[in-house]
This record gives sequence, C-alpha cells and structure tokens, in this order.
Amino acid sequence: MADEVVDHGRRRFLTVTTAAVGGIGVVAAAVPFVESWQPSARARAAGAPVTQSLKKIEPGQQLIVAWRSLPIFIVNRTPQQLATLPKLNPRLVDPNSDVGQQPAYAKNETRSIKPQWLVMIGICTHLGCVPDYKGKIEPEPFDPNWQGGFYCPCHHSHYDIAGRVYKNMPAPKNMEIPAYHFIDDTTVQIGVDPKGAA
Amino acid sequence: MSNVWSNLGDWITERTPGMLPMYRKHMTEYYAPKNFNLWYYFGSLALLVLVAQIITGIFLTMNYNPSAAGAFDSVQYIMRDVEWGWLIRYMHSTGASLFFIVVFLHMFRGIIYGSFKRPRELVWLLGMLIFLVLMAEAFMGYVLPWGNMSFWGAKVIISLFGTIPVIGTHLVEWIMGDFLPGDATLNRFFALHVVALPIVLLLLVVLHIAALHEVGSNNPDGVDVKHGVKGNRWSPLAPADGIPFHPYYTVKDLVGVGFLLLIAAFIIFFAPTLGGWFLEPDNSIAANNLVTPAQIKPVWYFSPFYAIVRMVPSFMDTAVWGVIAMFGSIFVLFAMPWLDRSPVKSIRYRGRGYKIALTVFVIAFLGLCAVGTDTTAEVIPAWFGDVDVTFWENLFGRLMTLLYFGFFVFLWAYTYFGWETTKPVPDRVTTHD
Ligand code: HEM
Ligand code: FES
Repeated sequence: MADEVVDHGRRRFLTVTTAAVGGIGVVAAAVPFVESWQPSARARAAGAPVTQSLKKIEPGQQLIVAWRSLPIFIVNRTPQQLATLPKLNPRLVDPNSDVGQQPAYAKNETRSIKPQWLVMIGICTHLGCVPDYKGKIEPEPFDPNWQGGFYCPCHHSHYDIAGRVYKNMPAPKNMEIPAYHFIDDTTVQIGVDPKGAA
Repeated sequence: MSNVWSNLGDWITERTPGMLPMYRKHMTEYYAPKNFNLWYYFGSLALLVLVAQIITGIFLTMNYNPSAAGAFDSVQYIMRDVEWGWLIRYMHSTGASLFFIVVFLHMFRGIIYGSFKRPRELVWLLGMLIFLVLMAEAFMGYVLPWGNMSFWGAKVIISLFGTIPVIGTHLVEWIMGDFLPGDATLNRFFALHVVALPIVLLLLVVLHIAALHEVGSNNPDGVDVKHGVKGNRWSPLAPADGIPFHPYYTVKDLVGVGFLLLIAAFIIFFAPTLGGWFLEPDNSIAANNLVTPAQIKPVWYFSPFYAIVRMVPSFMDTAVWGVIAMFGSIFVLFAMPWLDRSPVKSIRYRGRGYKIALTVFVIAFLGLCAVGTDTTAEVIPAWFGDVDVTFWENLFGRLMTLLYFGFFVFLWAYTYFGWETTKPVPDRVTTHD
C-alpha cells in the first residue's frame, strides 16, 4: 500500500464525476416532491361553467356567485351609475381598459356585453381580497366625493362601478372580467365566451 | 449514595466521552461577562417560549384536524370539549405573540450593544435566519384554525408572490396547490408548521448558541472580555471579567423565567385575546371564500413589514415594488454587520448622531406598526375629524417607511465616512471589582 503511487488526476476526476452524478440524482429526486405541490388533478377538474338567472337582481343591486371558487360580481347598474363612468376617466389608471384584464368583447366604456350588467371577478388586483360593493353615489368615510363602485377593505384600493381602479392605489390594474355570455335576456353563463368570440 | 452517582457518571463518560466536556463548555466553564443587564434575559426567554410552543403544539396536534372541513370545528372542540384544551390553546396562541415580543427585544439588544459586529457576525446571521423561519412558522400556524382571517390572511400573503412578473401566477398556484387556499394549502401548512419548520428552528437555535459560545458573549459595555485581562477566582486562565454561566446566570435567568411566566399567566387567564391583538375577532368566524372580513390586518408582529407593502404604490402596471420593499425591510437587517462600520460596539460609547438615528428608527418601526394594525385609520378621524384619511395615512406611512430605510443608509454613511465622534471604550467592564 504505502509505496503505491497515487494518481491525483484520476482521483480528482472520480471525485468530481461522483459528485456530479450524485448531484443530478438529488435534483431528479427532488422533482416529484416539488411537483407534488402543483394543483392536483381533482383541483384542476373542479372548474366547470356556472349559469345564473338575473331576474331577481334589482337595479343597483349586486349578486355574488362562485365560479371556480372565485367570487363573481354581477351588478344590475342603474343609469345614474353608468353616467358616472365617463366623468371618472381622469381619476383612473386605465380608463380605456388597455391592459388585458377583459375579453375583447368587454373592452368598452362599461366593460361589459350589455351596459346594464356588470359581470366581473370580484378579486382585488392588489393582493386578492374581495372588494366591498359601495354602489351608492354618496360621501363615504374614505372619499367625500364617492361616485359609487368597489372599495377593498384590505389595503383600501378604490374601483369605479366598472371595476376600473383609481390612481394612487395599491392595486395596479382594473379588476378582471371573466369569459361569459348571455344564454337569453335574463340568464348568463360564466366561463364560456359568446358564440363567435374567440 | 454519592458513590452510586459518580459511578454512574463515570459509566456514562466512558461510553460517551463528549458529554461531560460539552456540559462544561456550555455551562460551568462558559465564562460570560459579569455585567449582563436586563437586556440579556431575552435569549434564554426565547428558548423557554420555543420549548413551551413545542410542548403545547404537540398537545394541540392531538385534537386538531388539518382539513378545510374539519379544522375550524376541531379548534372549537379543543376550546370547549377537550379537558383543559382552552388552556393549552391559549398558551400556544399567547406564546406566539410573546415569542415575537421577546425576539424583537433580543434583536434590539443586539443592535444597541453592537453584538452583531465582528466576531459575532455569524451569530447575528443565524439569528436572522431564525427570525425568518419564525415568521414562516407563525404565519402558517395562524392559517391552521381556518377562521376567516386565517383564510384571507393566507390568501393575501400568498398573493404577495403573485406580484413577481412572469412566474407569479404559477408560483401562487404552486404554493396553494389549488386556485384558492383550500385543503391542499391547509395540509401542507400543517406539515410545515408541525414538523418541518420546528426541526429547522431547533437546528438553527443549536447552531446559534454554538456559534455564540465559540466567540463568547458580548456585553453592555461592548468590551472584549474573552481576550482581555485573565485570572478570576475559578481559574487563572479564565477572563477576569467572566463568571461561570452555571450557577450565576442560570439563577439570574430563572428570575426572568418567573417574570415571563407571570405575564403569560396573566394574559392567558384574564385577557387571552388581548383585545384582539393576540387573537383576532374575525378569526372566530369560519373561513368563507366569498366574504372578506371588513378589515384585514395582520397580527401585530407582522404589521410593520406589512404596512410597507401597503405604503408603496403600484407603478409600471405592477404591485411588486411594495413586496420588494417589504422583503427588503427584513433583508437589510442581515447586512447590519457590514452597514455599521463603527469600531465601537456599545451605544454607551457611541456618537450622538447614532443615538438620535436609533431613536428615529424605533419611532419609524412603531409608526409602521400603527399603520399596519390600522391604528392610524382609527386615530386620524378620531383626532382630526373630517379629513381625507387615506391621504394622511399614506403621507404618515410613507414618511415612516422612508425613515425606516433611511436609518440604514444614514448608519452606513455616518460610520463609513467617519462622521461619528465616539467616546473612549474602557478595557474592563465598568462594574468590575
Ligand atoms: C416554534 C414556534 C411556534 C410558533 C411561533 C407557533 C405559532 C402558532 C400560531 C400563531 C398559531 C395560531 C394560533 C391560534 O389561533 O390558535 C398556531 C397554531 C397551531 N400550532 Fe403552533 N407555533 C409554533 C410551534 C408549534 C409546534 C412545534 C407545533 C406542533 C408540534 C405546533 C402546533 C400547532 C397546531 C396544531 C396549531 C393549530 C391549533 C390552534 O390553532 O389552536 N406549533 N401556532
Ligand atoms: S388586496 Fe385590495 S387593496 Fe390590497
């Protein structure tokens, strides 16, 4: 043993390759554990479209339905509420809905298919709270000149009655409009685009 | 009798030679500076609270049901039906808040006496890692009762990662294991809270103490005791200003233990929710993914960091800046040993500029606490009447955020450019005989 010559180059090569192969093995073995945190097949499957009748929603009222466990706001907007929309443009971040927070068929002044009906994912674009519906055009503690809209209780972002966010708020974007379409005059289906729209 | 004990001692020592030297190194022959004051209680108290959390936690686990359908009810069951369950749960929930009080004071001690400086940088870094893991541990524990605040707290905190460009949305789904916090989220948080993070925490604490005992404790004078004058009444080679940890500091720490237990008992028995500060009222309502509580605010110990998220506005179409600032407010503390370049450790011998800056920093921290806990949102209308609350709160909060970060910038410049006039540091601790 003692008089054997040590081949250092060979020893280093073996050390490095052993470490590299072992390292690759460790990374490969970690993949299933990391991937196990992805939404499971069951969670992914639970996302079917939702159908909702609009008959019982009075003017000025909001209804919240769940779709993919997300709160969907449906608001029957009054003409007074709709009249506030153009006036608010200078106070908003994205008055013309240029950021892709809605399907093309809802990229308009009212951010909806029919002006009267707002259908929107009621999730604040800041950190995901559900904003409160403050539909009345009246002074509020957080804004003496309130024009009606949504108020996020978490970090106080303000949105107008079309879900467009005010300037200088923690939230960066307008609230998202989901894919939806009207089955008939008084029924919407959420999760499916109108026929013809992509 | 004593013969039996010493025989047993020999028997063990022969088989595990490391045991006795270890006891000596960390207890009877660990020479700690003799001038420790009140601030030096908090390390051993943190250890006490850690042990208390583990014991009460293990007993909670015996009746807790980690599922979205069963968690809330099982906590109510612990509170109402399990014999003494209410006591064990209140010990655990009060312990969580006391943990942070103790740890904040422990960290503050490190700052005022320069304990993070050479040669204790590693002790400080390990401490900061403990702090990070502790925050994760507390956050996940907070989610477990699956009340409405648990749910929304989880949602908001996880969404912080959603602000990261490109990968954000996927990262959030990966953390939650679903499109909203649900069973998958609760179960993985349970596994982390109850098994993974406590193990990591214990390991880090052992390393933290080992690293400290290697270089020796600092003290309120910031004097190097270990390399100073030698010779005390136990050994001519031991530091002159050092006394054996056991029995001197074990006995001293027992006094602290008594005080802490007294305070804890008072809270547990007379004010377990501490007016909503230790346990929030909205969390006694079961989780509901369609209704956000009217007021979402984090538990007090997260509030200063969380306030920073709120105070930084979005720009360039993204909310990521607030999140960066929040993580920055914690990570900047890791850099303390390299930001503060003053050769003087203890505040007792440091310049006036340092003392003023530190006072401002404490005010900024408390100010951010007030913003984060929504105290400002209540106080502003109460004191100033009909004013624009959002405007004034943002103004105040942003000022506090600037002062918080400003402290670190100032500290670096003040010590780097040599603007500080320090007082001479004595070479023995001031109370030596
Ligand atoms: C190391 C420090 C720890 C901290 C800071 C901590 C913090 C917390 C917090 C804040 C809660 C929520 C309080 C509540 O509303 O009840 C909680 C709950 C819980 N913790 Fe811990 N914990 C720690 C260690 C542990 C350990 C080691 C275990 C188990 C081995 C454990 C088991 C539990 C269980 C089962 C719950 C849910 C039951 C309940 O909410 O009452 N904890 N923890
Ligand atoms: S989640 Fe709505 S403002 Fe932060």
